[in-house]
Amino acid sequence: MVARLVLQLVVLLLFAPLLAGVIAKTKALFAGRVGPPLLQPWYDLARLWGKGFVVSRTTTWVFFAGPVVGLAVPLLAALFIPFGGLPAPVSFEGDLILFVYLFGLARFFTAIAALDTGSSFEGMGAVREVTFSCLAEPTLFFALLVLARGASGLSLGALLGPQLAGQWQSETGASLGLILVCLFVVLLVENSRIPFDDPNTHLELTMIHEVMVLDHSGPAFGMVLYGAALKLMVLGALLVRIALPFQTGSLLLDLLIFLGGELALAVLIGVVESVMARLRLPRVPQVLVGTTLLSVFALVLVLR
Amino acid sequence: MTWLIFGMLCIALSGVPGLLYDRRSDAGERPAAVLVVVGCLACLAGIGGALLHGGAELQLAWAVPAGRFALRVDALAAAFLLPLLLVVATGAVYGLGYWPQRAHPDNGRKLRLNYGLISAAMILLLCARNGVLFLVAWEVMALAGFFLITAEDRRAEVRRAGYIYLIATHTGTLALFGLFALLGHATGSALWPAAGTLPAAGSTALFLLGLFGFGMKAGLMPLHIWLPGAHAAAPSHASALLSGVMIKTGIYGLVRLTSLFAVIPPWWGWTLLLTGAVSGILGVALALAQHDIKRLLAYHSVENIGIIAMGLGLALLGRSFGQPQLVLLGLAGCLLHVANHGLFKSLLFLSAGSVIHATGSRDLDHFGGLLKLQRWTGLFFLGGAVAISGLPPFNGFISEWLIYLGAFHAVGHPGRGLYLALLAAPALALIGGLALACFVKVFGVTFLGAPRTPEAQQAHEAPASMLAPMALLLAACAWIGLLPGSVAPLLAAAAGNWNGSALPPLTARLAPLSRVGLAGWVLLLLLAGLGLWLRRRRAGVGATGETWGCGYRFPTPRMQYTASSFADTLVGLFRFGLWSERHGAEVAGLFPGAASFASHTPDVVLDRALTPAATGLARLFRWLRRTVQHGVTAIYLLYVAAALVVLLTLFTR
Repeated sequence: MVARLVLQLVVLLLFAPLLAGVIAKTKALFAGRVGPPLLQPWYDLARLWGKGFVVSRTTTWVFFAGPVVGLAVPLLAALFIPFGGLPAPVSFEGDLILFVYLFGLARFFTAIAALDTGSSFEGMGAVREVTFSCLAEPTLFFALLVLARGASGLSLGALLGPQLAGQWQSETGASLGLILVCLFVVLLVENSRIPFDDPNTHLELTMIHEVMVLDHSGPAFGMVLYGAALKLMVLGALLVRIALPFQTGSLLLDLLIFLGGELALAVLIGVVESVMARLRLPRVPQVLVGTTLLSVFALVLVLR
Repeated sequence: MTWLIFGMLCIALSGVPGLLYDRRSDAGERPAAVLVVVGCLACLAGIGGALLHGGAELQLAWAVPAGRFALRVDALAAAFLLPLLLVVATGAVYGLGYWPQRAHPDNGRKLRLNYGLISAAMILLLCARNGVLFLVAWEVMALAGFFLITAEDRRAEVRRAGYIYLIATHTGTLALFGLFALLGHATGSALWPAAGTLPAAGSTALFLLGLFGFGMKAGLMPLHIWLPGAHAAAPSHASALLSGVMIKTGIYGLVRLTSLFAVIPPWWGWTLLLTGAVSGILGVALALAQHDIKRLLAYHSVENIGIIAMGLGLALLGRSFGQPQLVLLGLAGCLLHVANHGLFKSLLFLSAGSVIHATGSRDLDHFGGLLKLQRWTGLFFLGGAVAISGLPPFNGFISEWLIYLGAFHAVGHPGRGLYLALLAAPALALIGGLALACFVKVFGVTFLGAPRTPEAQQAHEAPASMLAPMALLLAACAWIGLLPGSVAPLLAAAAGNWNGSALPPLTARLAPLSRVGLAGWVLLLLLAGLGLWLRRRRAGVGATGETWGCGYRFPTPRMQYTASSFADTLVGLFRFGLWSERHGAEVAGLFPGAASFASHTPDVVLDRALTPAATGLARLFRWLRRTVQHGVTAIYLLYVAAALVVLLTLFTR
């Protein structure tokens, strides 16, 4: 178990920043630019690590609790989720609720760290983050209920077990397709991507996640970026496992399929970001409620 | 049992020594606090002994007809009593610093007397096994509660809140009189029957009366009308007692009542599940819209009572559908959340009291930046906020996790309609998300950023006698969150008491509590490691400056996000159930003059429905009185004659 735990963490820690690089590269190719190198996120982290801090006089220790919790939570949550064919290192009844609520904890601390600066821009970001996430949360639970319907237990490992491959071919397949769409939307909201948030915009008024971390600098900002990359990969693992439920039995092959799936997901996010514009903020809740209804349909389909 | 009665007497009489002294003398304060703490310790010893021997019982003959004076402590009562004792003791010590006799010569003695009385009445009520005794304790509790709420009866809003509370509690008591009369009729004695023995015949009326009477005390939506005003009006440690434990006596009544029946119809469970979900969602939405810190916390009580009711509803459904595992998960979640809410809500009320004590205001928008001046209060409030949002590694997560497990458990049982209970999971998720948003708002606006008023700039930290009770409550929250396995035996025993027959134990296969606790430890370890790492990296390097204003050079504290602006989007989404009022904020022209803005969210049931209806009724009766009674003797004689004629025609044959 320890070996598997170490393997999972090493894969996560090494591979996660690459996803951000792939997204940026895809967007650059769509725009006809060369774009930054794929390893640019790694270079950014290294550069930030060498820098000093500039801290606002308004802030307290809470300001630094945000990056710390934001980095610790994906590390812990990654232990409960299978990476493709690799089973989850730690698995017990009800760990899926812990998984979801751990990300809630990260959100809580990121938002209060933003409010700690006393800036109204960061206040705006905090409001949007907690508002949109609390609308996305029921969708996530509907999707988990759909998965739990066909599973033998209530752990993420059991929900994302080998039975998924059979379910795709049965009547449940339609529901799985629906929740895949819903989970993709949740992924985009939780990771603050277009169409919900534009991480590259130059106007602080329209941002969500980026504006919350506006005052961070140096290694603390590096922790924020690294934490966000880990979160994208851990939440992405949920989607990749549902979409590619193959189990070859060979560790290396399973791992390669999984990593290939994560890269494909990053390309997909890049494509979505290239072909869509950011939604007007009042429209976002409507999209999220619509997604929730979609996940309700998926649940009705499996319960009938 | 002797210890318990001794403790109860100590607590009940704790306020009496103070009455012997002059109203300006503080000689009665410390004896009262000591008596309460000693009484709580004695009760703890009594309950501990009773639990070790599988329950303790006392029966005495008394002069009241129908039944004997009967007390009994079982695991179910203990699950309510243990958090109560902690809250009572910490509140009494906190009161020393928060409500000193010298600062409040008018009402300090009254407050302490009633604090002791209500605490002892609640202990008696939780042990009573005789309907008459229960009602006596219930009334003492209700009346002492009234005097706690109206401690500052010179203020008009306090009198109004007390008045509404009195009406509500007596309406509820009326239903309970009916309930116990029917129950006595069914069993032939005021003594309560054993669990799981009452036949199904006539149970509908009993359940509905109980739901109304107990639901009124618990604050289930739409019976919560008295709760926000009362909790806001009472002194903070009294609010902690009222919100943390008194409203739970309503839940205790519901739990005890439903345990008596042999057969549970499914609609009972559905009713509680639905009411719980509505209370939870609307309670937290109303809380989001508030900017009075104590009113906001009071609405969170409505929310948490909703979560508790959902747990009870799942347990009832488990009984109806013969699913012992669902019974176990639902009831364990319900009872643990009762205890947890008692702990973290008292913690939040006490730390809010410390803020109010330091700034003299209850409005969130008058605070700001308090974490720098009140380091410990802020830390304790943050702990309570994380716990009430149901986030790991604190206790709120454990109880919500049990209820979630119950809801997910229902997925595996298609047909027969039980699977609809799984809708509890997304409802809980929505409640959790909204509660998180609300506590980000409260903590952020109160403790972070820059001070918004001169008072907030000069706030001071609370004395140690106020901080120590908060620290103890936070430690209890962390204990349940990090070592949840230690409460599992009590919960399983209580669920067995409720079910009437023993249930399978809360096994690791069903609910691996120790694993969740372990995850909490790992999380703390990770946080500590990363935090220390960042701290070491920060030492010596770095500069300080102003907050980046996105190019604007002269930000002021008034530009920060306020409580209303923070909640605006979410309140807008729930406008169908909130109907917030907004005044002002209209600017015109290129150089507008000064403008003002105010937003206000009145209670949906009380201010939008009940008060207009009652006003209309009062107007109707005033009109009737004016037309019928006008002082002309001849017309009165005509009434008498008409009444006679009607009666004669009706009753002569």
